[in-house]
Amino acid sequence: MPNATPGSLVAFADAAPAPLAPWAPGRLVALFRGDLTAALAAVTLVVIALAALLAPWIAPFDPAQTFDIAARTQPPSATHWLGTDQLSRDLLSRLLYGARLSLGISVLAVTVAMVIGTAWGAVAGYAGGWVDRVLMQVVDAGLAIPRILLLLGVVALWGTLSMPALVLVLGLTGWFTASRLVRAEVRATRERDFAVAARATGATPLRVLVRQVLPHALTTILVAATLGVGQVVIVEAGLSFLGYGVAPPAASWGSLIREGRALLGTAWWMSVFPGVGLAATVLAINVLGDRLRRVLGGQQLHAP
Amino acid sequence: MTMPSRPAAGEPLLRVHDLRTYFHVGGAVARAVDGVSFDIRAGETVGMVGESGCGKSVTALSLLRLVDPPGRIESGSRIEFEGRDLLALDEEGIRQIRGNRIAMVFQEPMTALNPVFTIGDQVAEVARVHSNASRKAAWERAIEMLNLVGIPDPRDRAKSYPHQLSGGMRQRVLIAMALVMNPSLLIADEPTTALDVTIQAQILELIGDLQQRLGLAVLLITHDLGVVAEVTSRVLVMYGGQIVERAPVRELFRDPRHPYTRGLLEAMPRLGRQRDRLAVIPGTVPPPTRWPSGCRFRDRCPFAWHRCVDEAPPEYPVAAEHSARCHLVDDPSRMKVASAAGHS
Amino acid sequence: MSARAVPPIAAAAPGAVVPGTLADPLLSIRRLTKHFPVRTGLFGRATGQVRAVDGVSLDVGHAETLGIVGESGCGKTTLGRTILRLIEPTEGDIRFDGVDVLSLQGKAMRAMRRKMQIIFQDPFSSLNPRMTIGATVREGLTVHRIAEGAAADQRVRQLLEEVGLRGEYATKYPHEFSGGQRQRVGIARALAVEPKFIVCDEPVSALDVSVQAQVINLLRDLQRDRGLAYLFIAHDLSVVEHMANRVAVMYLGRIVEFASAEALYKEPLMPYTQALLSAVPVPDPVTKRQRIVLAGDVPSPANPPSGCVFHPRCHHPARDAACMRIVPPLEEKAPGHWVACIKQPPTSVSWDAQRQAGATSEPARHLPVVQPAS
Repeated sequence: MPNATPGSLVAFADAAPAPLAPWAPGRLVALFRGDLTAALAAVTLVVIALAALLAPWIAPFDPAQTFDIAARTQPPSATHWLGTDQLSRDLLSRLLYGARLSLGISVLAVTVAMVIGTAWGAVAGYAGGWVDRVLMQVVDAGLAIPRILLLLGVVALWGTLSMPALVLVLGLTGWFTASRLVRAEVRATRERDFAVAARATGATPLRVLVRQVLPHALTTILVAATLGVGQVVIVEAGLSFLGYGVAPPAASWGSLIREGRALLGTAWWMSVFPGVGLAATVLAINVLGDRLRRVLGGQQLHAP
Repeated sequence: MTMPSRPAAGEPLLRVHDLRTYFHVGGAVARAVDGVSFDIRAGETVGMVGESGCGKSVTALSLLRLVDPPGRIESGSRIEFEGRDLLALDEEGIRQIRGNRIAMVFQEPMTALNPVFTIGDQVAEVARVHSNASRKAAWERAIEMLNLVGIPDPRDRAKSYPHQLSGGMRQRVLIAMALVMNPSLLIADEPTTALDVTIQAQILELIGDLQQRLGLAVLLITHDLGVVAEVTSRVLVMYGGQIVERAPVRELFRDPRHPYTRGLLEAMPRLGRQRDRLAVIPGTVPPPTRWPSGCRFRDRCPFAWHRCVDEAPPEYPVAAEHSARCHLVDDPSRMKVASAAGHS
Repeated sequence: MSARAVPPIAAAAPGAVVPGTLADPLLSIRRLTKHFPVRTGLFGRATGQVRAVDGVSLDVGHAETLGIVGESGCGKTTLGRTILRLIEPTEGDIRFDGVDVLSLQGKAMRAMRRKMQIIFQDPFSSLNPRMTIGATVREGLTVHRIAEGAAADQRVRQLLEEVGLRGEYATKYPHEFSGGQRQRVGIARALAVEPKFIVCDEPVSALDVSVQAQVINLLRDLQRDRGLAYLFIAHDLSVVEHMANRVAVMYLGRIVEFASAEALYKEPLMPYTQALLSAVPVPDPVTKRQRIVLAGDVPSPANPPSGCVFHPRCHHPARDAACMRIVPPLEEKAPGHWVACIKQPPTSVSWDAQRQAGATSEPARHLPVVQPAS
């Protein structure tokens, strides 16, 4: 018989949001209610991601396959929907495989960055004192150096990088902001009564951090990761465009744009399509990330 | 600045009739205030008491039309102040009432003041909004008000910022802001709940003092029956969006007729009383979207019988100016505890 | 009267006198102190101290309820948390069940935590909104390996029922419950590890009156059934009187009066206590009693007044310059009743000593009727 709603009317009038775990069912629908742009962005992203994932199966041709000379540098046609490049390779196929590389590298790099950043920020935020100061000074140093310069410096020293190395380098240069964000969340949550209660129960600091505090940083991490992918896609594209990213014959979108640069006037499709793909992806990611941040802000999701 | 005249003491200043404020959320309707009627006479202090979810704060906000969508005051409600229908006024009209003829003081002095302006400015601002007083005149009035509410060295303190003041001081500033235009009615919504008890005593004394000096009518909203006993002359007890009992204060404490009022009185630990178990009102307040049929208190009432389920009780008169919304007034023979119905 | 600053005379070091020592205490704190540095300036240098807890000494007996009363800034919440080492004390000793708590580290300290638990004031922030209440209550069982798996689930259900909730609520989230119910969950959480001692930090202040009564009754029943000792911290005097056996009144980090609940409420000797009691609104419009309305605000603990910390607001008729200079010792002025006031006789601070400090009025008993006749 005890009723199950908070008595305060004001809480009710605000439709007290139910804090759903990010993986609770119904969350996705709730996320996009009323926001057409975000829904569109999500759909776009899903399409691109699927295309990237299923590239080996849906690409019409082998991206490295060449045809006869007559097929070189052809504009979009019935056989080659997006045209061909100067070596008569099908652009659509290259684009799909390029998506795999661009997105794959970015997602992996962001994962690396998030793992390092979260751990770093969590320890700094929870420990406080001199540990916090030292850890954060490293972060400050890292943030002071422009990322591209850092990357170019690395490349200058080591030449072209293998894929794993590229992922690692991108990840290692991108965790600083995440650590700041996580640290802030951890510091705030650490003082809340339920975290103190967990300490009072006798839980080890690690347990309190992982079980009580970090879940509250999840939404921040999620938003940061989403937006981070967008950033890394561009950084990777930039590197590849400059010739320092993935090594040929593998090509990410940045490399494709690079290859088409010289022929921009005559074979515009070589750069434009990858460019559009890049722009669409990053735009969609940013819109989505922004929507996530607004909806998830305050660590609460509204129940549908 | 010329001060408007107000009705003579004893004349009804505010008449509220069948006020209904509903919140339309999702598909449901929360009937926060569901048919509340009362009068306030010039110069009297009326207490509105109840726990969370009873609708007292929403009632207060409704009087000044401060309820935002999805809440709205339903048609059929009437609020008359100094002879004017407040619900018929346009935006400009109601703005001229707010802070001017009816003023309101809230619970949290910390958040009600703007941290980037001095307290003197904030008090003076009220004067400038509601009259064409010059900056200098408004400032002088502000100092006069700060002095009235007992802030020491008002001329100097007027230049300080809210964060430099204690909670009690801030509440005094808010009261000063409320009284700048010499309103006829002050609505105080839990003005001392957030304050320490010794500071609470100061503020209540101040309100009582000002009320006498200025002939102010006060609607004091609180959950604390002790505050009601000390400061008010008439009490309205609210539950479930309705007034369930109303009486002059001594009468209410001497002879509470509604089981909820009695329950509240018995549930309070009192200084000097026997240290035994506290009498408890079982259960919790039902949600405003689903008020029980019949009497809203029936699920928690030890005396409820079938009539309480079938028939919503009206306010039965008990004595002069004392009425209770309970069938027991009509049928006192039922005042034996009904068999326990599995209450927690 | 001299205008230059004269150092105060401390009749005794803070916390040196222990009011109400017990022969066999469960918890013993001596000269417990917590200072928070005030950091200002570019480099955050410590420029002052907030003396949140300033030399508190107490004994708490087995299965007793010791009440701590005071207003904001008096240090009662800090005291509760410092005793549990949720905040590290600056100085002092804490002995629990014969063990020196401050000497414990890591695992040993965590094991000790089983015996001493806490209930928080705010039912809305004391439960992790992302954990089911069952998971919250279960934490203690897991951490101390009291029960696992199905046995743990069973135990959680039992605990929920013990505090008046249904066992099947274990899978629900905090937001689905009212304040009173959440407070019960907090109590269940504390009980899960089978403590001997619980710091109740304003456990009913945020609740409605009718719900307060339910939780108060619950706490008393649990105490009776489990032999728990409570440190009951509150600003609501009626609640403390109802719950506590003995009560300490705190002001600006120090104990200013200590007595049995009955004695404190019948015969409050410390002027601050008198004012506190008279300020409590009594739900009875007919009673006549003397209302003492204090002037001024509660001073900041960063800058306490010299001598007797209460002197600027004190209404005692004999208050004079000596009060500004002498730090009053906590003295037993009646059996079991300690008070820190040089103007309430008997006092060990002699009249000569007072006069040397500038006194002009002799100590005299002042006992206004601040309570309604019960």
